[in-house]
Amino acid sequence: MTLHRRALLTGGVAALALPNLAPAQEAPGVTANEIRIGSTNALSGPASSYSVISRCLTAMFKRLNDQGGVGGKQVNFIVYDDAYTPPRTLEQTRRLVEQDKVAFLFNQLGTPTNSAIHRYVNQRKVPHLFLATGADKWAQPQEYPWTMGWQPSYRTEAQIYTKHILEQRPQAKIGVLYQNDDFGKDYVNGVRDVLGARFDSMVKLVSHEATDATIDSQIVTLQGSGVDALICGIIPRFAAQAIRKVFDIGWKPALMFMTNVSVSGSIVMQPAGAEKGVGLITSDYRKDQSDPSWADDPGMNEWRDFMRRYIPDGELGDNNYTYGYGAASTMIQVLRQCGTNFSRDNVMKQATSIAPLEIGTLLPGVKVSTTPTNYHPIRHMQLQRWDGRSWVRFGNVIEGANV
Amino acid sequence: MSASENIPLPAGLTAAARPSLAGWQRGLLVVAGAVVAIAPAFLLESFQLFQLTTAVIMGLAVLGLNMVTGYNGQISLGHGAFYALGAYSTAILMSHLDWSFWATLPVSAAVCGLVGYGIGFPALRLGGLYLALTTFSLAVAVPQILKYKAFEDWTGGVQGLFLVKPDAPAWLPGELTSDQWMYFVAVIVAAACFLLCWNLIRGRIGRALMATRDHPVAAEAMGMDIATLKTRAFAVSAMVTGIAGSLSAVAIEFVAPDSFSLMVSITLFVGMVVGGVASILGSLFGGLFVIFVPNIAEAISKAAPGVIYGIILIAFLFILPDGFAGLLRRIAGRLRRRG
Repeated sequence: MTLHRRALLTGGVAALALPNLAPAQEAPGVTANEIRIGSTNALSGPASSYSVISRCLTAMFKRLNDQGGVGGKQVNFIVYDDAYTPPRTLEQTRRLVEQDKVAFLFNQLGTPTNSAIHRYVNQRKVPHLFLATGADKWAQPQEYPWTMGWQPSYRTEAQIYTKHILEQRPQAKIGVLYQNDDFGKDYVNGVRDVLGARFDSMVKLVSHEATDATIDSQIVTLQGSGVDALICGIIPRFAAQAIRKVFDIGWKPALMFMTNVSVSGSIVMQPAGAEKGVGLITSDYRKDQSDPSWADDPGMNEWRDFMRRYIPDGELGDNNYTYGYGAASTMIQVLRQCGTNFSRDNVMKQATSIAPLEIGTLLPGVKVSTTPTNYHPIRHMQLQRWDGRSWVRFGNVIEGANV
Repeated sequence: MSASENIPLPAGLTAAARPSLAGWQRGLLVVAGAVVAIAPAFLLESFQLFQLTTAVIMGLAVLGLNMVTGYNGQISLGHGAFYALGAYSTAILMSHLDWSFWATLPVSAAVCGLVGYGIGFPALRLGGLYLALTTFSLAVAVPQILKYKAFEDWTGGVQGLFLVKPDAPAWLPGELTSDQWMYFVAVIVAAACFLLCWNLIRGRIGRALMATRDHPVAAEAMGMDIATLKTRAFAVSAMVTGIAGSLSAVAIEFVAPDSFSLMVSITLFVGMVVGGVASILGSLFGGLFVIFVPNIAEAISKAAPGVIYGIILIAFLFILPDGFAGLLRRIAGRLRRRG
């Protein structure tokens, strides 16, 4: 009889518990032992050098699954090819959301491609997290609460340069040379964020088109207007030109900053002439594998160990791997914070409440953190200067402005 | 490509040689076609329906290319430019001036037709490969023109433009989702264009177009005005591809310069060859091919989807040298001999 009653009680409790359990199990993309996450990347086409990011993310989730998964579930990470074309991105994203029924989207590549699905994912209320693009438009918690970037935006970068200028030369005349598109304008906005009312009196803006043959006349204009601190938001081809031209006309601005998308040694500095760029300043938030200071760094050793075990043929010098490691670590942290509730609401809630988090491949002092009103997960960077052979970090990490 | 003897005549032209279908058989064919066109809207899930919609739109764009390259022998590697022009015409009218989608269609068709007509003139002097390269350069230029600063207020620059799908009209019975309605819009517009093109091709003008393709000197000797024919063929072709572009803009709800790279033109060309050069129905198959086969390729190998796509493409060209339309013709021919 007692046994019978106990069975009855257990059954009753189970029945009572069921309605509570059911919502967690019925969340889209979540089954008893699996959570599905979707992504798109340029696996083919001209931008396919970025596909190593997807490879790295897949390997990171494999490592997580090997370690027992998260919340008792294995992660099933699905990546589709969009060849970096916006219509394909929409097609593949709809395939992920409607057919594969993923729980949410993670680290999709590219600015035009993510623009094409920006509204769709927000209408559908699908978390669209930690995108692989540096545009600032992903941080609009009011209008697009389901979308969030990851790396410091170009705007944050410009804020950091401006802060450094104000610290070094409070009375500087600041020149901004930018490409006339979203990318370039983010730099202008960043400078304006920090200067506020002083912007008009302190700044000389000069833009160029991506289709221009040279930017020589822009450089001469900037020199002529007495600029002594120059910030460049331009793509690699023009970066090499700008560095060479500034040197060749004998202009020595006290401070010259170059966007960190245009500072590759082989693509920008060598073509410009390595000695012509001495003193140029840029910024980074990642540890560079080739930097000897990280030879015995525990964080980088963990990353190297991961690379050896999961991507043995990966090129260590490709910093997309340290990028992917950082983005995936952030995602895994969010999944851990979710506990056992992987509903879209809870994933978004946890993604917007990351307590300052250190990641092995990020520079010391650079922390990932978000709040429901702060959609810029990484807001810190450290400056580095070109010494003629390599980039040398200096000073402390600097935080972007609060806007 | 001035004389392409191996391109078979379309089915319509040889109709007289074979016993024609009885009236009830034709009626049955039309009903069957309508059922095949309507059924997916209620059978497929919304994503698959969306894919099918884009495939129908692609098929229409391929039809446009087929009109000028297949039937008239003028090779164009730049039809992506007309596709972009149509898409942007609709997008600008809808997002800046709040026009309804249907109102933008004639405007977009007219704009593309005019530009196509204009392109037709240099095409008169440039034959074969030179024409291919000229149109190719058009396709290369378009994304950059769309980004140009002077037009930025209208085109939205690199940002592109957002627009909204038309909703199903209220008088329709039942509740159609916006995906179902978009599918019907695409099917209705495409069906109308296919019908018109078919009508054009099986008549006097169609024969003149093909005569110009196969033997321009003989055609001219018979009194055909080659210049008029060629420029007008270009105009019709650009118009049809432009209408497809308009449809794609509302189906995707977003246009941006990066959506109209060179690859669009190449994709259309691939669709035309795989579907069947100089074939109306083959164009539709070409559209299905270029939308669905890349997904199949990716399902086979994520590491190198391009390689798999290439292999499938080569296999298709080996197995179906005259395209999907050629296969249909062979099957029909065999059935008739047996019958």
